[in-house]
Amino acid sequence: MKTLTPIEQLPLFTTQIKAFINWTRKNALWPLPFGTACCGIEYMAVVGSHYDISRLGAEVVRFSPRQADLLIVAGTITEKMAPVLRQIYEQMPEPKWVISMGVCASSGGFYRAYHTVQGIQSIVPVDAYVPGCPPTPEAVFQAVIKLQEKISKGDTPSQRLVAKKKMAELTSGNLENTGS
Amino acid sequence: MEYHFQLVHQIKESLGDKAITSVETGIGNPFECVLVVRREDVRKIAEYLKGQRNFQYLMDICGVHYPNREQTLEAVYHFYNRDQKQRVRLKVPHKEGESVPSLTPVYKAANWFEREAFDMMGLKFEGHPDLTRILCHHQFVGHALRKDYPATQNQVCDAPEVFSFPPLPLNEDEDVLTNQRTLVNIGPSHPATHGTFRIYAELQGERIMRAKAEIGYLHRCFEKMAETHKYQQVIPYTDRLNYLSAPMNNAGYCRAVEKLIGIEIPARAQYIRVILNELSRIIDHLVCIGTTSVDMGALTTFWFCFRQRENVYELFEALCGNRMLTTITRVGGVYGDIDDEWKRRCTGVIKTLRETIDEVDRLLTNNKIWLNRMKGTGYVSQANAIDYGFTGPCLRAAGVDHDLRKAEPYYDYDRLEFDVPVFTDSDNFARYMVRMEEMRQSCRLVEQAIAKIPDGPIQVNDPKIVLPPKAEVYTNIEALMNHFMLVINGIQPPKGEIYSYTEAANGELGFYIVSDGTGYPYRVKVRPPCFPIYSSFEETITGGQIADAVATLGQFNVVAGELDR
Ligand code: SF4
Repeated sequence: MKTLTPIEQLPLFTTQIKAFINWTRKNALWPLPFGTACCGIEYMAVVGSHYDISRLGAEVVRFSPRQADLLIVAGTITEKMAPVLRQIYEQMPEPKWVISMGVCASSGGFYRAYHTVQGIQSIVPVDAYVPGCPPTPEAVFQAVIKLQEKISKGDTPSQRLVAKKKMAELTSGNLENTGS
Repeated sequence: MEYHFQLVHQIKESLGDKAITSVETGIGNPFECVLVVRREDVRKIAEYLKGQRNFQYLMDICGVHYPNREQTLEAVYHFYNRDQKQRVRLKVPHKEGESVPSLTPVYKAANWFEREAFDMMGLKFEGHPDLTRILCHHQFVGHALRKDYPATQNQVCDAPEVFSFPPLPLNEDEDVLTNQRTLVNIGPSHPATHGTFRIYAELQGERIMRAKAEIGYLHRCFEKMAETHKYQQVIPYTDRLNYLSAPMNNAGYCRAVEKLIGIEIPARAQYIRVILNELSRIIDHLVCIGTTSVDMGALTTFWFCFRQRENVYELFEALCGNRMLTTITRVGGVYGDIDDEWKRRCTGVIKTLRETIDEVDRLLTNNKIWLNRMKGTGYVSQANAIDYGFTGPCLRAAGVDHDLRKAEPYYDYDRLEFDVPVFTDSDNFARYMVRMEEMRQSCRLVEQAIAKIPDGPIQVNDPKIVLPPKAEVYTNIEALMNHFMLVINGIQPPKGEIYSYTEAANGELGFYIVSDGTGYPYRVKVRPPCFPIYSSFEETITGGQIADAVATLGQFNVVAGELDR
């Protein structure tokens, strides 16, 4: 049997600060619903009293991108809307995640048309796609749960980007600015 | 007929024999008169119709492109005389490069409709104050609904359009501090717009001095998609027009195609459509009231409304398989039949709906904050409402007793009892009251329809229009053939055109369909009820507080899917 070090004998559990932060992050997602069309109405049902997304801790809907970390694109994105979506995404603080709700946002859906963007991945990076037209609220829940799993592992593109930036700062010796 | 004879005669008498090139008979509507006129006479005829024949409403303007004709473009106008229930369709064929006189000085409704026809079809309107694109983005090149524009040719837009107002004349002795103007840009992604509208406003303090409303952020090309799909394939697209009350759009579209073919659907199917229509009218109004109350800070009402919506969704899901976008109707009937269990559930839902409506009533109607925010705001005079082409609850709130279900009853609406609520204040509160009362009336309608629904088939018996039952397709060679032919060729209505309309949650939902005899519609134009209503928005909010604009937007119940198509 392994002998415990004195510190391990204390009634404490140890964890990585990173894991702790990810745990808090995943359980307090603040979504910004970018609802443009029918999926936006279904998103209201997701938030609404019957399904109630607060069960996953993601009910603090923020309409200001600066206060949100989860962008839920619910609805068709048209060419006219595309620059607006990009701008909103850029205004969100990092790390940030994107759920593409519905086939329209994910691939253009059955609007193979001259004014519809064929999938938002050409504008913003997407972490989870939800199929359906509109997706059932359960499907949206599943996407949020999947995203939470990814966040707790710390391997979403946005988290990796943040980590990389931190690393670069550290290695360049710029230690004054390392505060989180 | 008599009336049309007279009309044609009198137009000729007052404007000369040449004014009317030819007269066609409308299909499916004895009250409709179709006139082909020369383009230089359009304004005169419109003035005559409005001034002397009491055609107060300009319902729709659209363009049709006929590349094979000598006169490749055609502007189509729909006028409506409410008192005599008469409709006139003017068709103005003209060549590429020619322009048609604008009707904006005659009807305010013409403004946005003409802009749309310009944007989509490239029609030019002489004398229009601001003939710019309205649906497609500002960097778009070409006209998307021309037959030679490929449906899949995207054009990227790299930045939103920048607006500005013309500068005001400088006034030396003006107090700079109190008169300073601020420019604000609301939307297109803003919580109060619950959708995709952009309002650019110039404020003085809290007061809106000038405003510009921009739409088109959800223009997902319904009309082009309709032209590239078969008649039956268009039905799912119609769901996504007014997605708050999808079954109504299904029914409106299918009714247009049915009239074009000239069939009447079985009584049971009619009743099922009535039940679904009224249920969706209720949930549409619930969303309208719920979201407006959120904007006013009353979150509780929103939860109440959405809880009930959820109940109706469950009914829809049981019948159609989807909660929201049902695609329940078929050309020639409906897809799903209701059974006793469904009826029982529906009666239960209606009961809880009534309770919720009363609850919302108690929460809002006498609520001081609600009253302060709603009373007197968003006022549109009755004359303006008619001129802008208002229909539905917003028109009834302006004191006009007009409901297509009563005025020109379709299905069995004339055998069901209901009242049409009319309020005269024409402000947001009146609109809210109309909606509250309409929900109660719709509850009555659903209950009666459930009690009265007759037995029988739910689809017409015509293998050229409806698919045979699946079981037969697998066992019977004839059914298999019919199935195959219908899927491959589609429904093929005879050549012709139709303007068919129903009373949707927001007002008159019209479908203008041109058929060239093939399985694909040649042209489908939707007359979305909220398009003309929203075209009055700039004028309505100017001079008011900016916070009231939010209430007005909510109570106009503008649905982006329908507005931008
Ligand atoms: S995926 Fe379907 S429901 Fe969602 S926005 Fe697109 S059309 Fe509407």
